[in-house]
Amino acid sequence: MSALDTRPPRMLEIERGPLTRRISLRGALAVILALTAALLVSILALSLGDFVISPGDVIATLFGMGTPKQTLVVVEWRLPRALLALMLGAALGAAGAIFQSMTRNPLGSPDIIGFDAGAYTGALIVITSGTFGYLTIALGAFGGGLVAALAVYLLAFRRGFQGFRLIIVGIAVGSMLASVTSWLILNSELRVSMMAASWGMGTLNGAGWDRIVPAVACLVPLGVLCAVMADRMHLLEMGDDTAAALGVRTGRVRALLLVAGVGFSAVVITLAGPIAFIALAAPQIARRVARSAGVTLSGAAAFGALLLATSDLIAQRLFAPTQLPVGLVTVVLGGGYLVWLLIHEARRRR
Amino acid sequence: MTAQTLPTTRDSGADGRVPARLAAHGVRLAYDQRVIAERLDVEITPGSFTVIVGPNACGKSTLLRAMARLLKPAAGQILLDGKAIAQQSPKEVARKLGLLPQTSIAPDGIRVIDLVARGRHPHQSMLRQWSREDRAAVDSALELTGTDTLRNRFVDELSGGQRQRVWVAMLLAQESPTMLLDEPTTFLDIAHQYDLLKLFARLNAEGRTIVAVLHDLNQAARFADTIVMMRDGEVVATGAPADVVTADNVERVFGLPCTVITDPHSGTPMIVAR
Repeated sequence: MSALDTRPPRMLEIERGPLTRRISLRGALAVILALTAALLVSILALSLGDFVISPGDVIATLFGMGTPKQTLVVVEWRLPRALLALMLGAALGAAGAIFQSMTRNPLGSPDIIGFDAGAYTGALIVITSGTFGYLTIALGAFGGGLVAALAVYLLAFRRGFQGFRLIIVGIAVGSMLASVTSWLILNSELRVSMMAASWGMGTLNGAGWDRIVPAVACLVPLGVLCAVMADRMHLLEMGDDTAAALGVRTGRVRALLLVAGVGFSAVVITLAGPIAFIALAAPQIARRVARSAGVTLSGAAAFGALLLATSDLIAQRLFAPTQLPVGLVTVVLGGGYLVWLLIHEARRRR
Repeated sequence: MTAQTLPTTRDSGADGRVPARLAAHGVRLAYDQRVIAERLDVEITPGSFTVIVGPNACGKSTLLRAMARLLKPAAGQILLDGKAIAQQSPKEVARKLGLLPQTSIAPDGIRVIDLVARGRHPHQSMLRQWSREDRAAVDSALELTGTDTLRNRFVDELSGGQRQRVWVAMLLAQESPTMLLDEPTTFLDIAHQYDLLKLFARLNAEGRTIVAVLHDLNQAARFADTIVMMRDGEVVATGAPADVVTADNVERVFGLPCTVITDPHSGTPMIVAR
């Protein structure tokens, strides 16, 4: 640890009637910083495109003072996509924080516990059976993800719960599912395999207001659940016995956290397809910027929103007018991050 | 929560004895199918310093876990202040009963004060997260354990002895009148072992009830006022150290032939292996 770290961190002690809290100033600033940056990136995403609108005009339009044409482009076409990027990014970040806290491992994420692999297999089974409807595929993905996550959880559960076993079993189940997916694609017609390949990369292309409503309806209750469970989640990190001795109902809290984590991942899979890396990286980036003890839900959500908004801007503009799926951008960024993380972890454990 | 008065508790009150702070009545302890103990009866007197001793795998830690509500007895019940512990809410129990488990995990990059503050959870609610009482309890816990100067240090950087003191500070911040300690001295050198035991003795003198599982019989005899000696899931002897730590009992329970002499400092029994 550097000499800097021994300096006492500045804490904010809040006392407003019955509300009392103690929060780290740096942690609060990190969340505000990430949210501000995410907002700026989103305004940029709203202004860039075939029809460029200045950021100032974008803000005016958002407040209802734009021309009809600006309103059409900004509010009807671009805003739902930008909002969805922010919301799904936050959901992925929070899901990552939950799994990393539960497994006490920075490699814990919904991709690792087999959810994404299961969702992809579920979607493929629907596609290869000849159905191409968006909703049917989304439901197939949701079901596949749930079955895979449940299988991993049950296989990893042996007289109590161990984070590391969950990761190992998750990787094993994920590999098995990957071979099933390959087999499904190899045995399908060209049209089907094209469809499968495009679905395998999460994308926000074509996101409209019709996806915002279900996103808000699912994410708000899950967010409230997380806010209520956050403290108990941190107590569980100290081990089941310690948490239970402090009055935490460990089994119930863990089940609720799992519901929240799988719920967040399911919303993303259903509305955008599998988007890798955000859930893995956002909690760790937030932790390092905020210098917090372990991962935090608020930091992970804020940085998740920033990461996905930025990745989606890159996906839209890098080879414009060709639109990349955002999942492709996050996989490229995530590959680099994962290598760095593995090296860093290996050094630390030595 | 209905106040459930059990005949045993009422009887013990009537004949003038102090009702037990914590009691196991006819408890059967088992992990899945593996039975650790049958029909176990143990009573912990308020204000006592009770030490549970016994050979490895005799069920002493399991008994402690059951008393801490971490393991549900397959039969019988655990009473806390005369009420079945299973019928009280976990937070209510945590305000009365604290536990120092054998192993706890300090989250990466946590500072001492933040860890100790987590001991306040049973007293907190959604809104009330850092009241004046919380701050005062954390400050006094840091002071009592001599970890006040470490408050802003990272727990990962501390020595084993310091770290164990920090965990004890977290337990103290919980402000529970009864503390259960599962082999609190295991990973410490001899000087730190005595430091910690003296701290527990002081807390006990200030009125807290302490129940500890210890391996060292001499330390048990020196610090406890009551010793519970167990073997194969059964309580073999209970009582004052001088009555329980005898050459006979030690040979019978541990299979170790020994001589018992008197500790020149404390006057308590001390075993010397033959």
